[in-house]
Amino acid sequence: MTNNRSIETKLVQLGNLSDPSTGAVNPPIYLSTAYKHTGIGESTGFDYTRTKNPTRAILEAGIADLEGGDAGFACSSGMAAIQLVLSLFKPGEELIVPDDLYGGTYRLFNFFKETYNIKPVYSKFESVEQVESLINENTRAIFIETPTNPLMQEFDLATYAELAHKHNAWLIVDNTFYTPYFQRPIEIGADIVLHSATKYIGGHNDVLAGLVVSKGAELSERIGFIHNGSGMVLGAMDSWLLIRGLKTMHLRLKQHDANAKAIAAYLEQEELVTDVLYTGQGGMLSFRLQKAEWVDAFLRNMKLITFAESLGGVESFITYPATQTHADMPYEERVERGVCDRLLRFSVGIEEAEDLIADLQQVFDTLRKEA
Amino acid sequence: MTQHIETALIHAGVRDGFANKKGAVNVPMYLSSTFHQESIDEFGEYDYARSGNPTRDALEKAIAELEGGVRGHAFASGIAAVTATLMLLSQGDHIVITEDVYGGTYRFVTKVLPRFGITHTFVDFTDLAAIEAAITPATKLLFLETPSNPTLGITDIRGVVALAKQYNCLTFLDNTFMTPLHQRPLELGVDVVIHSATKFLSGHSDIIAGLTVTADEQLGNDLYFIQNSFGNILGVQDSFTLLQNMKTTDVRFSRSSESAQKIAEFLDADPLVEQVYYPGLASHPGYDIHHSQCTSSGAVLSFRLPTYEKAKALVEAMKIPVFAVSLGGVESILSYPAKMSHASMEPEERAKRGITEGLLRFSVGLEHVDDLIADFAQALVIAAKA
Repeated sequence: MTNNRSIETKLVQLGNLSDPSTGAVNPPIYLSTAYKHTGIGESTGFDYTRTKNPTRAILEAGIADLEGGDAGFACSSGMAAIQLVLSLFKPGEELIVPDDLYGGTYRLFNFFKETYNIKPVYSKFESVEQVESLINENTRAIFIETPTNPLMQEFDLATYAELAHKHNAWLIVDNTFYTPYFQRPIEIGADIVLHSATKYIGGHNDVLAGLVVSKGAELSERIGFIHNGSGMVLGAMDSWLLIRGLKTMHLRLKQHDANAKAIAAYLEQEELVTDVLYTGQGGMLSFRLQKAEWVDAFLRNMKLITFAESLGGVESFITYPATQTHADMPYEERVERGVCDRLLRFSVGIEEAEDLIADLQQVFDTLRKEA
Repeated sequence: MTQHIETALIHAGVRDGFANKKGAVNVPMYLSSTFHQESIDEFGEYDYARSGNPTRDALEKAIAELEGGVRGHAFASGIAAVTATLMLLSQGDHIVITEDVYGGTYRFVTKVLPRFGITHTFVDFTDLAAIEAAITPATKLLFLETPSNPTLGITDIRGVVALAKQYNCLTFLDNTFMTPLHQRPLELGVDVVIHSATKFLSGHSDIIAGLTVTADEQLGNDLYFIQNSFGNILGVQDSFTLLQNMKTTDVRFSRSSESAQKIAEFLDADPLVEQVYYPGLASHPGYDIHHSQCTSSGAVLSFRLPTYEKAKALVEAMKIPVFAVSLGGVESILSYPAKMSHASMEPEERAKRGITEGLLRFSVGLEHVDDLIADFAQALVIAAKA
């Protein structure tokens, strides 16, 4: 029955009626590391909290349902979620990855390449043919962020799912920017979806977390084995905070989306801005100033918007990818990928859009005076 | 099988109920304000979290078991527990209360209760005859705190209970300084035990909480009515934290009180210290009574220096303890009652109670006792010159 419900209803109802013994509307937080066995070989289904925790289990089942997958895994950070997925690969195996991706992911991919010979093969993803030309017998996955961070490129997931499956590879999608509210990659063919749940899912800039959702029993079992075996699990308290965050995610995203549209339109007509990178959906956009030397003054003069790393929270953040998210990428490579020194990334919050625009307006007026 | 209280501290929170359904060794935290009901005419155990919450329930059952009482109640603070119990009184009632009472209780009794027509008489509770003399036909309650704060006065609990029975009064006892481990007021006939659980029960200077335990069901129901009507309940996360922290109360209290004995003896031997107030010293006037009703001398002591200047110099010279209000934490806490716990008391009232300008209170933490004594030694040298 629940599968017929709209995502808004699923979000709000997550965890409700999960504790019939008390009727608690919110699931309890089980800060219990161990669970009593009634006898040898008899378990309540819970043994040790790394393996399974009642609070985390509700979150994991919830995200699996929201993404249309078969199993969910909550991890201690978004990067831990990526590490969990990368643990599926063996030395010599390759993943094809678009050039534009989060700097932390890039850094971890490099580590896996250098340490385990698990290789990211970067590509501009200009066409399916171009990507297919990179596939060889070692290719095991296509790993896509869509939209990408920070250049906001979108990829046709159905096409790349088909391509991956044709070559017996997985399509892995980082769905952090859109969330299952805007995009459900598994429904259009992806095998694994992952999230930095620190972002829109948590939504309040208060909890660090990652989520992985997998399709299919065999893949789910393999991921579950590593999740328990490596232990990058999310704590009960943080799991509960994510459940709470999910209950308002649709409302927040509607407002993020409306605000981002208004701000994108405003930035489009601002002469000091050369490019606005916005997909037309969601709360993330990037833009380039005319001159890199304005960036410092721009960030210093913001009064409402916070200059900070991270995204997806209720508060508006502007990030400078060159020194923040992509600091670990060599300069030439970073610029080649489009993350130039004039680029700013804007995580549009859910403040009143007029106030955000007024803040940008006064920053640009200051820049004009100083220019 | 009757278990030792040390064992009950570890297990009382999960004796029964929901935790065992999943086998969890700790009670889950129910951050749920409301509870789904299965039927219109048959409500479940929980409906609204002010009225009852499974996590708070576990705590309330645990403290009731630990104190050997019938019903436990958890409140938002120690003073919320005190004031909730005092709300069991009615207009026209009179209280006889120890003059050495905690400043916050003093403030409520003198400034708030009179507005409800509840009067009081402060008495030196080390003097049973004085208590009896203060009892009037309107007296409904004898309120004890033993050892008292901050001068560690000892009240004869059995003696006061006998008076209460004779005059048909209730007895409430603030057991904060001793914990149920070392003083068992309900077993001595007291009606309600009160704790500032912020202190030794929680013990980590982390949460604010109060607990009460009643000796009988009727008082328990009456107090529940107050708790639910006033809404001065303890929150779920604090209830959980308290349950967890209570598990180490015995080991913490044992270590702290061992150290307190050594520190009291050290201070007692120092010529600058005019007096040490600690029931572990044979010279303490309440020594015999205290040890007839308690199994520990406790982890709090006070001592008097000759002047404000010397007290100030000592406070400023001490390197290890936190200089702060409160007590019962893992870290040693040095306080200056005249300006801290008893600031809400008028100067003349303070003087009457021995809370002089040279009085300092020391809550002994879990640091190594030799380090604490060395710290006192160097600070006393500096204070002597001040």
